[in-house]
Amino acid sequence: MDGTSIGWLALPLAILGGAIRVSTPFIFVSIGELITEKSGRINLGLEGTLMLGAMAGYGISYLSGSPWLGVLSAGLAGMAFGLLHGLLCSVKRVNDTAIGISLIVLGTGLAFFLGKPLIEPKAPPLPSIALGFWSSVPQVRAALDVNALFFVGIALAFAVYVFLNRTGWGLMLRTVGDSEDAARALGFPVLRVRIIATMAGGFLAGIGGSFLSLSYPGSWSEGLSSGQGIMAVALVIFARWRSVNALGASLLFGGAGALGPALQGIGVTGYYYLFNAAPYILTLAIMVASTSRAAPFADAPGELKLHR
Amino acid sequence: MSSISGIEPVPPKPLVTAAQLSVALPVLAVLLASAIFAAFVALYGQNPATVFGLIVQGGFGSSFAWQDTLSRAAPLVLVGLAVAIPAQAGLVIIGGEGALVLGGLAGAVVTLPFAGAHAFPMQCLMLLAGALIGGLWFGLAGVLRQYRGVNETISSLLLSYIGIAVFHHLTEGMLRDPASLDKPSTHPIDPSYMLPTLPGVGVHAGLAVSLLLAIAVHVVLRYTRWGFALRVVGGSARVARMIGLAVNRWIIGASVVAGGMAGIAGAIEVAAVQGTANSSLIVGYGYSGILVAFLARHQPLAIVAVALLIGGMQASASLLQRRLGLPDATMLVFQGLIFVCVLVADAIAQQLRETTRR
Repeated sequence: MDGTSIGWLALPLAILGGAIRVSTPFIFVSIGELITEKSGRINLGLEGTLMLGAMAGYGISYLSGSPWLGVLSAGLAGMAFGLLHGLLCSVKRVNDTAIGISLIVLGTGLAFFLGKPLIEPKAPPLPSIALGFWSSVPQVRAALDVNALFFVGIALAFAVYVFLNRTGWGLMLRTVGDSEDAARALGFPVLRVRIIATMAGGFLAGIGGSFLSLSYPGSWSEGLSSGQGIMAVALVIFARWRSVNALGASLLFGGAGALGPALQGIGVTGYYYLFNAAPYILTLAIMVASTSRAAPFADAPGELKLHR
Repeated sequence: MSSISGIEPVPPKPLVTAAQLSVALPVLAVLLASAIFAAFVALYGQNPATVFGLIVQGGFGSSFAWQDTLSRAAPLVLVGLAVAIPAQAGLVIIGGEGALVLGGLAGAVVTLPFAGAHAFPMQCLMLLAGALIGGLWFGLAGVLRQYRGVNETISSLLLSYIGIAVFHHLTEGMLRDPASLDKPSTHPIDPSYMLPTLPGVGVHAGLAVSLLLAIAVHVVLRYTRWGFALRVVGGSARVARMIGLAVNRWIIGASVVAGGMAGIAGAIEVAAVQGTANSSLIVGYGYSGILVAFLARHQPLAIVAVALLIGGMQASASLLQRRLGLPDATMLVFQGLIFVCVLVADAIAQQLRETTRR
């Protein structure tokens, strides 16, 4: 085997590289959703937040020349949308599933509307770290060309774990999510905690969106998101509301998402669309396997209404 | 909750009745959404009055506009019903897009082996095939919910993505007409099998099919034991079991019927508009159906009215783009605003009803 032709090894390498790239937005969106759900609310609207973040990140990066400023604005745009979701769901009797769906429509609409002029220009992308510098094999170098946000995501998963389990604020968040009555008895500001948790979730989902437009695939288009925001909800269930599990689940989903392009890369094109559907099939299979009729969501926060 | 001690302040006589409120609040909500939308387009440098004028003109201003609106309303009614029927039983199924495209694909290929047959049975066959596949697709979400406790909102959406992938795989592979070069499509259906145009209206017969189905669903839900049973199941599965209803069967049945509606919508698009199944079928009708059903509060006849409104709004998008250079997503923003405002108004109306009843 010489340096440029590595035979069948190209496939696992492409899947590894793809898994890292595809999983990054999943890490951010799912941990965002996890924080929100820990407060006892579900945000189905993250799909819209993701699109808004992708658009805002790309636009600001293009206008300012700084992709990191783009990431920050994407987070802020997502946070604003989280605030909207949080406030709307604080109205008594409001249907939070429906609010989530309506915010998908609104977020996607706003992103497409404001992003129309951004389809042409090229914004400066996020830099990546060449971890494959030691190798002369181009496939290895390509697979290990890792975006910095990926590492931020890994750190985030552990930071959220520490936050939830080792800090007073984390305890407050979990109490609000597990029992509204207990939280009120302890004098916790239930609504405020939930709104802030939804804002934090929106912030992270916005950053996840900016990764889509600023790193991989790396440009703004209306077909940019393919349901990552929705899949995040399923992913959090699969991760049993634990942030480190969510990191692992994101990597798994990323690997599934990388399967189609990786196979195409080595010339297997016959089942392109079906392989592209692998993350959805995997999500569904996992949901079927990990829930049961008797105890659908054993580890779920007590106030979370996943099954009406 | 009434207090037992009897020291309860006498509620002030409400200025308006609950019934009046439940009509007035959604209207107010749409007005509020319009005001926000007006501010939005004004910020974008457009005169709101011109924009609203063009929306009315593009959706309802001429017979051509009406034809466009009505032919969009036909699938919207059906995908709206696809959300509204399971909603009676308390389910939120939002994967109509997948059932629609697969139903369209089934409709497009089912008549291919039969050349030169009578048109009417073939047309029925196309709609039936669409209904069957769509029903199967939604039925899966119902089965997973009842037997595995999988949240149907998420599973239906995942199934929708999977359905679209299967659609692409088949139309660009096994079922592809080699003659379709730049846009992979199935073999075109026999032109004589296409649904006819309704005389005097200038819109395809699919509109009549969807209206009849909406009326049928209205009658069944309103006046038969089936509708009542479905609402009992939706209200409380425990109560339903106590009075001897087979809850699983009702919920899965409602899902199948709903999926059938979305599948018929796809088959109609193929049999009346496209003549073949290709990516033109994937234009987001399934997602608009969610909006239609929620705005109509899952009432079949209201769905017809809302489908007309949304169809008109979507029809006017191209006029807005041509005249003012506004992106096609302008109407998506407006729809999202209406959606949000109406949901909040609904919640407030419900709260007010509870306080006045107390």
